[in-house]
Amino acid sequence: MIDTLTEIIRLFNLDWMSHLPVAASDRAADLDNFIRYIHYLMLALFVGWSGYYLLVLYKFGWTRPKKADYHGARTHASTYLEVTVAVVEVVLLVFFAIPLWAKVVESVPSPENSTQIRVMAQQFGWNFMHPGQDDMFGKQRFDLVNETNKFGRDMEDPNGQDDIFTLNEIHLPVEKEVVFHVSSLDVIHSFKVIALRMCQDAIPGLSIPVWCKPLKEGRYQINCAQLCGNGHSAMTGGFLNIDSQSDYDSWLALNTPADGPAAVGGFE
Amino acid sequence: MESTDSHVHHEDGHGHHDPGFWRKYVFSTDHKMIGIQYGLTSLLFMLLGFFLIALMRWSIAYPGQPVPVVGYLLHAIMGDMASPVLDPQTRELIGYAISNDLYNSFGAMHGTIMVFLAVVPLAFAAFGNYVVPLQIGAPDMAFPRLNMASYHLFLLGGLIMFASFFIPGGPAQAGWTSYSPLATSIPTDGQFYWLVAMVVIITSSLLGAVNFIATIIQLRAPGMTWMRMPFFCWAQFVTAFLLLLAFPPLEVGALLQLMDNVAGTSFYLPTGLAISTLSDVSGGGSPLLYQHLFWFLGHPEVYVLILPAMGVVSEIIANNTRKPLWGYKSLVYSVLVLGFLSFIVWAHHMYLTGMGTKISTFFQTTTMIISIPSVIILTCLFISLWGGRIRFNTPMLFALAFLPMFGIGGLTGLPLGFNYSDILLHDTYYVIGHFHYVVAPGTIFALIAGIYFWYPKMTGRYMSEFWGRVHFWCSFVFMNLTFQPMFAQGMAGMLRRMADGGVGYSIANNPDAIGGLADRYLQLNVNITLAAYALGISQIPFIINLFYSIKNGKKVESDNPWESTTLDWQTPTPPPHGNFVGPIKVVNGPYEYSVPGAKADYIPQNQKA
Amino acid sequence: MEVPYTDTNRPDTGLYNAKVGIWLFLASEVMLFGALFSAYILLRVGAMPGHWPTGLLDVGPGFVNTLVLILSSVTVVMAWASLKLNDFKKFKFYQGITVICALLFVVIKSFEYKSKFTHHDVILKDGMRVDGHLVEETDEFIVLSHPVSYPAEKGIRERAVAIKEAEHHAHEAGGDHHHEDRKIMLDDIEKRTTWGPWANTYLAIYFTLTGLHALHVIAGALVIAYFWGPGSKMWKTHPEQFANRIEVSGLFWHFVDLVWIFLFPILYLL
Ligand code: HEA
Ligand code: HEA
Ligand code: CUA
Ligand SMILES: [Cu+2]
Repeated sequence: MIDTLTEIIRLFNLDWMSHLPVAASDRAADLDNFIRYIHYLMLALFVGWSGYYLLVLYKFGWTRPKKADYHGARTHASTYLEVTVAVVEVVLLVFFAIPLWAKVVESVPSPENSTQIRVMAQQFGWNFMHPGQDDMFGKQRFDLVNETNKFGRDMEDPNGQDDIFTLNEIHLPVEKEVVFHVSSLDVIHSFKVIALRMCQDAIPGLSIPVWCKPLKEGRYQINCAQLCGNGHSAMTGGFLNIDSQSDYDSWLALNTPADGPAAVGGFE
Repeated sequence: MESTDSHVHHEDGHGHHDPGFWRKYVFSTDHKMIGIQYGLTSLLFMLLGFFLIALMRWSIAYPGQPVPVVGYLLHAIMGDMASPVLDPQTRELIGYAISNDLYNSFGAMHGTIMVFLAVVPLAFAAFGNYVVPLQIGAPDMAFPRLNMASYHLFLLGGLIMFASFFIPGGPAQAGWTSYSPLATSIPTDGQFYWLVAMVVIITSSLLGAVNFIATIIQLRAPGMTWMRMPFFCWAQFVTAFLLLLAFPPLEVGALLQLMDNVAGTSFYLPTGLAISTLSDVSGGGSPLLYQHLFWFLGHPEVYVLILPAMGVVSEIIANNTRKPLWGYKSLVYSVLVLGFLSFIVWAHHMYLTGMGTKISTFFQTTTMIISIPSVIILTCLFISLWGGRIRFNTPMLFALAFLPMFGIGGLTGLPLGFNYSDILLHDTYYVIGHFHYVVAPGTIFALIAGIYFWYPKMTGRYMSEFWGRVHFWCSFVFMNLTFQPMFAQGMAGMLRRMADGGVGYSIANNPDAIGGLADRYLQLNVNITLAAYALGISQIPFIINLFYSIKNGKKVESDNPWESTTLDWQTPTPPPHGNFVGPIKVVNGPYEYSVPGAKADYIPQNQKA
Repeated sequence: MEVPYTDTNRPDTGLYNAKVGIWLFLASEVMLFGALFSAYILLRVGAMPGHWPTGLLDVGPGFVNTLVLILSSVTVVMAWASLKLNDFKKFKFYQGITVICALLFVVIKSFEYKSKFTHHDVILKDGMRVDGHLVEETDEFIVLSHPVSYPAEKGIRERAVAIKEAEHHAHEAGGDHHHEDRKIMLDDIEKRTTWGPWANTYLAIYFTLTGLHALHVIAGALVIAYFWGPGSKMWKTHPEQFANRIEVSGLFWHFVDLVWIFLFPILYLL
């Protein structure tokens, strides 16, 4: 009996929560649990009302009474129910959604104890800018952005001389917070790394930070979650490589430009 | 114009002045004819919206494979946008597949057509026009000629939108949301047509909204006090206000985008843009400005889609449980609160545009608050069933199915309404599942229920009960098979607006990457597509039933075949010009069913108990 | 059955249908211009430093137009009041002034537009930028009056100030202000535009706001002119209804004036 029931649930994919994807960042557990709590509320309402509904259909439809009752239900149960729903929502809001969101957007880790990466989305790939060995970006100005200077780099700035530019692939150390400054060169894209539970629209003219702490090494698929043109579904080339510290260090050493990056900055 | 055709119909004009074909069917100022015009036009558009999604679903399930049968037709109409597919061995042409451009065009058009050209005109304009003046005891709308103009503008807008299928490059490709700069950067005229059509449609809606509100305020029959108004009229009243006040900002949004596209302005184009098709813009604009203008309409708009549906369902439930609606006053207040709140939740569609804590707290709080009146409305409708003497006729079946279907759609709005969970679910199929549950098995079921319900008043005949049941059960099953698996897909992170149904992000495509999509979700794409086709086929009995029954349906026994209390049934069938035979005086509330001690189990609003 | 309350008031609301209709319509118009004003604020707040001009427009014509519209607002009320007092002649007189005011407004506005469209913004190959009004154009060169030149990257805010000065103190040549016309060879020009809506975000919103407003003025003027001319026959047959129509069109006219009262300061003064 139980088996057939689970079988049916599987067959019709009613077990929504079991479809949560791999989780690999510090915030993933919070987020998944939060999704579970909301779904418990939804499930309770759904099951409760469904039971009531079937009962009513049987009692007042299938076996029709002689006469309808002008006054209908004489109970205040529904009011209590509505208040309960409201209270649960307030709890979810005040104790979970608001503080968790604040944690995610307000306390962006400082450059000292995090890796900083600039992301410039472009039809249909991801440009990355890594601050290099000195952990300092060169200056950036939106009015300098063009096809060749994709990050709007100020060429004069000495901090920018060792910056690393890559397309679609970027390497990061594991267990260290990473901040992505997400922007776009053309239309709106959305920088979404599902396994890290991270998502930020890439909006031209704005550079918006989003961060997390990856907990597992591996090569992570970057999704573009915003319709960005006819290549939207093919914008699948981006990957975050979360490396062990030693792998990361050797990547960094290998990629540091010997005498500053290519003359124009960015890459062709 | 009047004289040319009038002799054709002269026989049946006994004594009355016969208005002639053009005046009667095309340039009619009678609210009932205009309602029917809106209804038929919007049903045609709904069918078109379905055909589009049918083609898209093919591309999702079988990306890059030639579309059977209609592929060649598609190529004939859309030219190179249908991409030729060659046999890998023989290099021979074996058909035409949906290109990414075509997919995006169809996606934008499916959304636009379903929302602005199918559901709104059907739910608001068609039912509103036909039923509201009857229910409040008015001879017509307050401004009959304006009413006619609204319909003609709507038709014009629809035709412009339709025409864009036949221009080079095809229709708009930037989603029904038409976000800038994408909408400005695609180098075809499709977006221009979209914008012009939207401005025309919006103008039509504004005129319609003015007319509805004025009608309800001014033309209620003597005795029809506010609290005696059927809930359907309340729902339409609030809907009209939403259209009146929310549409102008979208009109501004469209106008500014039009300026960007044709006058070279940079309202939505920021400094630092490097798009080859937009090389020479002045910059300084803001892409988010467009999103705010769009969603300021967008959210009220979704209540425009649902409130009339709730109104229809309420009427049918009261009638077929043979008892008053439970909590009529709560329903009325809830719908008013809902209408008001819907103006201050819009940015919950924009959580991931980089929103700080303060603003997002405001919007998710209002979003949670707005779910409360929805819960109250649904609760009232559920409890209304208690103690009833339920008749399971076709309209009632659809109305009953509305309740849990809207419930599922509404409940799945909650995890989207919290910004934290939206991080995972945003722009996935979870969102698609959420809103289709509210608009398809929700609104569409309610509207179909309304068609079965008011059909006898419009034509004097019933639609076939048997085929109605077939239609219902098939639609019910396939709706759920279509949309239910989308929640699993969305939870797994499958993104929307993917021409290839997510193949590009699948594990198969990137075996060494973490976070790819498992095969089972791609398999679900196929299941969903087949279910959607079955859903489409399930509408055939309905379409035949609808037209066949006009002449051949079972005749109604009386002017009030459902034994209803509201004024729309206290008229001749079909109601003549001017609607009522004598002056109307309302003496009862809207749902005096099964009044203890009364002879019949219903007391019409204009009859003394 | 006729639609009731077309010319009489419904007792419980105290209004006739058209009046309800126009108020609702105006509510939607408020949302329309409200959204545009919000767009204005957002664009202005988001503008990069130095890229939002103040004092780019001549206050003079804008101020005259403000007076013109205020006058027309008065006459439109007087016209309606005259009808209520059964004085058709006076109605004709006052409403005639309203129509003339509307025309005057549009004429002044179009001169303002013209001066923007003839304003040339020329970027030279040597990295300088010249602003001025086109006075002559041939296949080889153009001539600009009141030319002002500065480095090409100068923001519109400073340019606007410099241009104002050049125009007002054209006689006191000094600094890099040239008081005589400047001839520029086409070969020296890198890029050349005029001050249409494409020039910058400020002009974009300026043209959009005032353009949409001007359309409202024209539409309102057409309606009012119709009721002043051929439509006034109705006075003989349905005086009540005619007075109502004048009242309704007057309400619309007041709204159009009110919008200008907001437009004038935010575009010309702030
Ligand atoms: C008719 C249309 C409609 C309706 C009514 C709603 C209702 C709601 N919507 Fe939905 N929504 C859309 C149409 C609609 N929506 C559309 C079209 C989109 C996508 C647009 C796009 O991006 O293209 C969208 C997207 C959307 C988003 C953005 C998601 C994203 O892009 O990331 C959000 C986020 O907050 C949201 C929230 C809500 C909420 C909280 C409600 C609430 O009002 C729901 C309240 C209802 C309930 C809480 C149900 C209560 C029920 C019971 C108590 C009984 C249950 C019993 C049984 C089931 C038996 N919606
Ligand atoms: C009211 C709105 C509405 C309605 C009713 C529907 C109905 C349906 N929608 Fe759609 N949909 C949208 C609004 C709507 N949709 C929007 C706004 C989007 C987002 C677009 C974007 O990304 O920009 C979208 C996107 C969307 C997608 C995602 C595409 C993508 O992201 O790439 C999918 C995928 O399956 C889909 C499927 C369907 C299906 C199977 C139906 C079915 O339910 C269809 C059922 C209908 C029928 C079977 C036709 C019935 C016909 C009649 C009853 C007429 C009878 C005719 C006569 C009598 C003449 N829709
Ligand atoms: Cu980039 Cu979608
Ligand atoms: Cu919404």
